[in-house]
Amino acid sequence: MTKKKTRSSLVTGLAGGPYEVWAVLFILVPLAFVAYYAFTDNDFRFTTANIVRFFTDTSPAAGGEGTMVRTYLVISWRSIKLAVISTAVCLLLGYPLAYIISRSSPRAQKTMMTLIMIPMWMNFLIRTYAWMTILQDTGILNNLLAKLGLGRIHIIGTETAVIIGMVYDYLPYMILPIYSIMAKMDFKLIEAARDLGCAPAGVLRRVILPLSMPGVVNGITMVLIPSISTFYISQKLGDGMFFLLGDAIEGQYVANNLHFAAAIAFILMVALLAAMAAMRYFTDRHTYGGQ
Amino acid sequence: MDKIIELKNITKSFDGEVVLDNISLDIYDNEFITLLGPSGCGKTTTLRLIGGFETPDSGDVLFMGQRINDVPPHKRNVNTVFQRYALFPHLNVFENVAFPLRERKVPRDEIETRVEEMLAMVALKGFEHRAVTSLSGGQQQRVAIARALVGKPRVLLLDEPLAALDLKLRKDMQQELKNIQKATGITFVFVTHDQEEALSMSDTIVVMSEGRIQQIGSSQDVYNEPQNAFVADFIGESNIVDGVMLADRSVSFSGHVFDCVDGGFGKNEPVDVVVRPEDVDIVPEGQGQLSGVVTSVTFMGVHYEVIVDIGGFKWMIQTTDFVGVDAHIGLVIEPDAIHIMKKSEYSGLYGDYASFSNEFDELSDAESEGSE
Repeated sequence: MTKKKTRSSLVTGLAGGPYEVWAVLFILVPLAFVAYYAFTDNDFRFTTANIVRFFTDTSPAAGGEGTMVRTYLVISWRSIKLAVISTAVCLLLGYPLAYIISRSSPRAQKTMMTLIMIPMWMNFLIRTYAWMTILQDTGILNNLLAKLGLGRIHIIGTETAVIIGMVYDYLPYMILPIYSIMAKMDFKLIEAARDLGCAPAGVLRRVILPLSMPGVVNGITMVLIPSISTFYISQKLGDGMFFLLGDAIEGQYVANNLHFAAAIAFILMVALLAAMAAMRYFTDRHTYGGQ
Repeated sequence: MDKIIELKNITKSFDGEVVLDNISLDIYDNEFITLLGPSGCGKTTTLRLIGGFETPDSGDVLFMGQRINDVPPHKRNVNTVFQRYALFPHLNVFENVAFPLRERKVPRDEIETRVEEMLAMVALKGFEHRAVTSLSGGQQQRVAIARALVGKPRVLLLDEPLAALDLKLRKDMQQELKNIQKATGITFVFVTHDQEEALSMSDTIVVMSEGRIQQIGSSQDVYNEPQNAFVADFIGESNIVDGVMLADRSVSFSGHVFDCVDGGFGKNEPVDVVVRPEDVDIVPEGQGQLSGVVTSVTFMGVHYEVIVDIGGFKWMIQTTDFVGVDAHIGLVIEPDAIHIMKKSEYSGLYGDYASFSNEFDELSDAESEGSE
């Protein structure tokens, strides 16, 4: 018995080996480097200057009335706002869709999942450019509206355009985790709720929603994190008007300010980890156990 | 007694396959009625029609005289105990039972007292704050029953509720369900493929096969006076042989003329003759009405199950006296042990023990548990 146990744990140990090496090389080491760069200056001496700079740098306000604002705090606020809105839109669009897919025939489920995945096979630069052509003042959307006699609208270069681009890019990451939870949900539970007196709205609120909460939490995590640090979409669809944290990191990196870029990344990471921890704590306590 | 539910000429198909074929059934207030049949006979569909989860293609479902074909489940005064319990995993025992009361906005203290009352009835006091996923199968079953009864429905539907429990627990729960039904006075509609369960619990048994009702009657009725070969075979063990009615109270089968207690058939009308295995007496060879050769003997605990070859037809006989394999024996059948049935579409399909095996029975049982 003992012998068998040692052997099996040895086998699992060996099998897990490559992954452990991988995790150390490509996850832990880079994270350590980010932290190291964030807290050092160009001569690799310890400093908190980069962190302090993030909170103190000022620049003229966008309105240009001579007032000064804290540059990176404004960018952070904008990033968070757009990311939260995009995540909310993804949730509103993705949740019903995930439910509909999970209740379809197995064949229809496969087809719909493939359709949702297909855009992910294309490079996101190309997707972003495609949205530019659609949303431009003389783009496909406006030509269509003009033809229908509805009048042109100005979208490109607005926050709406950036949000559209982000929702389009990240929607599958919201649908997939919610769908995978809902597909496993026992349909008898829904029947039981109806049997016990729930109208459709009650079934959703009292059974489907609480049971799909783990999928919702995962979906929010998977959309919020990349959208908060997104870049490029904002440059192309926002006409450079909506500089985001991701753009700031990219800009500093391109300008060879590695230490400050690392500092921004580090602060973002800590903030996100704290947010995730809070979210897990809250949902773990309140969605399961029912006490 | 008043009719509480009436099914009138109901037909239902799924994907072109007829599942219920013109079914009519009256269910009376305060009775324990069982829908009994093999998998695919339409018993679960019948239950779901009453629960509101299916609508009939044609025909009507009446509840206390009102047509309820299109009334959704949440507006019916009927609750269901589901086959795999369908307890809400995100709620604890108390909240599962309180579920229907909270939906109806019942005041807080009343919820408290009614849930406690129900948990006491199913012997789960003290389990209020346990997660339902941590309970045993039997305990989950009790929670499901409490949850279905707390809203005081007029009718409780039970869809093979005991199928997932082991034998000992199943026996206990059968008794308990019967007691709960008596204590609450609620009409129970119970679905099962287990004929023993049906016989021991029901006031009325509805035997179903291939989407049609074969017989409706008390346990004694369906056992002692089966309507056709299907019912005779499905309820208990039966030897079913071809016979000819010579006159009232006289029937010929297996090359011998027997006295019997049935009449009202045409002269020389071909019939199906049912003889229960426990009603055949073994006597020394030459002293019986029939004689045969023992081909197998199985010890069953209380009795021996003996397969006897009588003129090429294999009979099953249950006896407490041991006989050896290959023994030549005589057999005696009393007149009241012989039941005569009209010929039906099921004639000749059942009642010969040539290919009998206990294993086959168990295999088909296990299969039907999953498929309905």
